[in-house]
Amino acid sequence: MNEGLFNWNNLLFGAYPYVCLAVFFIGSWLRFDREQYTWKSDSSQLLSMGGMRWASNLFHYGVLSIFAGHFVGLLTPHAVFLAVMPDITHQYLAIIAGAIFGLTMLLGGVILLVRRFTNVRVSAASRWSDKFTLVWVMFTLVLGILTIPVSIGHAGHGDPRVVTAMAEWIQSIIYLYPSPNFLEGVDLVFKLHVLAGMTVFLIFPFTRLVHIWSMPFGYLTRSYQIVRSKKVKYQQN
Amino acid sequence: MKVRAQFAFVFNLDKCIGCHTCSVTCKNTWTNRRGMEYVWFNNVESKPGIGYPKNWEDQKKWKGGWTMDSGKLELKSGGRASKLLNIFANPDLPQIDEYYEPFTYNYARLQNAPLSEAAPTARPLSMITGDPMEKITWGPNWEDDLAGEYAKRSEDKNMDNIQKEMYGQFENTFNLYLPRICNHCLNPACVAACPSGSIYKREEDGIVLVDQDKCRGWRFCMSSCPYKKVYYNWESGKAEKCIACYPRVESGMPTICSESCVGRIRYNGVMLYDADRIEELASVTNEQDLYEAQCKIFLDPNDPKVIAAARAEGINEDWIIAAQKSPIYKMAIEWKIAFPMHPEFRTLPMVWYVPPLSPVQSQLDQGNLPVGPDGVIPLAGTMRLPVQYLANLLTAGKEAPIVSALNRLIAMRSYLRSIHVEGQADTRPLVAAGITEDQAKEMYRYLAIANYEDRYVIPTGHEEERLADPHGFQGQNGFTFGNDSSTGISKITLFPRRRKESAEPAELAPHADNR
Repeated sequence: MNEGLFNWNNLLFGAYPYVCLAVFFIGSWLRFDREQYTWKSDSSQLLSMGGMRWASNLFHYGVLSIFAGHFVGLLTPHAVFLAVMPDITHQYLAIIAGAIFGLTMLLGGVILLVRRFTNVRVSAASRWSDKFTLVWVMFTLVLGILTIPVSIGHAGHGDPRVVTAMAEWIQSIIYLYPSPNFLEGVDLVFKLHVLAGMTVFLIFPFTRLVHIWSMPFGYLTRSYQIVRSKKVKYQQN
Repeated sequence: MKVRAQFAFVFNLDKCIGCHTCSVTCKNTWTNRRGMEYVWFNNVESKPGIGYPKNWEDQKKWKGGWTMDSGKLELKSGGRASKLLNIFANPDLPQIDEYYEPFTYNYARLQNAPLSEAAPTARPLSMITGDPMEKITWGPNWEDDLAGEYAKRSEDKNMDNIQKEMYGQFENTFNLYLPRICNHCLNPACVAACPSGSIYKREEDGIVLVDQDKCRGWRFCMSSCPYKKVYYNWESGKAEKCIACYPRVESGMPTICSESCVGRIRYNGVMLYDADRIEELASVTNEQDLYEAQCKIFLDPNDPKVIAAARAEGINEDWIIAAQKSPIYKMAIEWKIAFPMHPEFRTLPMVWYVPPLSPVQSQLDQGNLPVGPDGVIPLAGTMRLPVQYLANLLTAGKEAPIVSALNRLIAMRSYLRSIHVEGQADTRPLVAAGITEDQAKEMYRYLAIANYEDRYVIPTGHEEERLADPHGFQGQNGFTFGNDSSTGISKITLFPRRRKESAEPAELAPHADNR
């Protein structure tokens, strides 16, 4: 940290992540608690099926893979990673996986974006936040894809410093020793991608994104039929 | 044996005149809201016809209901893992056009149009987009009274194994009305298909409900219900369905569709059944045996063993008495004149139908049709409606139970005619149809007279037992704090709010003053 003086790097990469995370967790909790009727995937498939099978699957499987990639690639402690592969291999892996799943998501997302804005029914039934959310997620994705050529450039010189710096910075945030100075030498496009990505967490509780919390894995083990009694169980205080 | 009680229905198709009063009262009560304009919890279809939504009975297309998958009962649309893998785009989901695009008319135009030679017209406006619609080409009851081309209507799944061409000729056309609501099945496919577990069957009365707070809008209930009676509210993003008017039923009142039926065709009552046998009886190999299999699941409410078991399950005394007086039990089990619709879907539906008679009176008067020994009433199988059609609708194609039911309905008429017209009871038709005089008289009372208290035998919901400590609950209802029922006065909210306004015309008609 810089001796107690204001600087943008500290604000954006030291404080802003915590603002986003706090809003993400507290906001989600609050909405689940108070407004569960609004908690839903908000599907518009009923209004327009055209292209949905391709677009929605490409988009969702793409984004889930990308999320898993970021999670493992950035949050695994450096020492553990080094035991498996050198940093430069890690970087090439990130480039390849990011390119494949990024383009998958891009293809699906562009179709969804066009549908959201040009299909008269879908557009009319959309809330402002539905359109904004999709645009913002796609904006973040495009920034993410734009980091790939830069990353390839670094890798060509055998320089894995950016990827390791990103991982170190994220881990400093998650493990509560915020060190925004890790990002000081990093290219602008990475910083923009990070800012856009953190903002996704910021808007998350106020948009349809909350359906991500509700991935219904419990269905796999549950019995098919559900019977509920009207009787209210007496609550012991 | 696990005894459970089920709130059930019988619709007597013989008396349905297709007036749609049921649909309209239901609509006005439950689905006159934004996002639900296209939804009819109750609709009446003219058959033969493809219905609402289009071709809903064709499970090759929609994959609704259950199927036998190597000896095991499985959802036709696939098991749990395939549901989760397809969650981002349900491959079997009907489109809104399959129901219809909801519309209103630009009524303001009729008042505001400038003076002109021709009368102004109110153009249709989409209730989704608010835009004018060029031409209405489909609606919730497009085929009413056999409207439209026969070629399209005869795509009706129940016309399978029937010589379609013959019934396309004017002299041979036939028509029946088919009122449809949620069947509140004993083995509901919508409940099984819901990834969030938000749909459930109530233990006390078997009514199937969607927990609106728990629903996440994954949409598998819609495609898995073979009757297409779970709908997606495109405004709220939640599934909604017929709730069997539970707030009324719990107070001992019939559902609004039943109450308002001018033809007195609807019966509401209680059935006791053995919940332990659901899977076994829904898994019968031969589809044509499913009707008889479902009859086996019901328990005799007068059997002391059943009564004891029901009491042991905590079923109330007045529910047991209601089951003994149930009009549903009489028609479905004692007289065998009511049938579940499409038992081959294996959901064990609980709205049963009395098949309609359809005598061709002019042909009878001219002596062109064979009649029974009374010389007046025609024989089953010589009527306008092909028995095979009714069998395809009600017994997976098996004709014998339908013919037997029609014969009983005819015998009851013939017997009562002999009393009222000849002045002397002729029991021969009853013997031939296998019913007693007492049964015939009771059938007459229930089917022809159809008194209110015979049609509706509905025990109340025992609200007093719902709470273990009613005293502790006093003072908690009515006035509430927080945002329970208020939409608030602030226009700004962080969380998405429901939009309640209906779509307005994109352009308001000019005021008459501006001409």
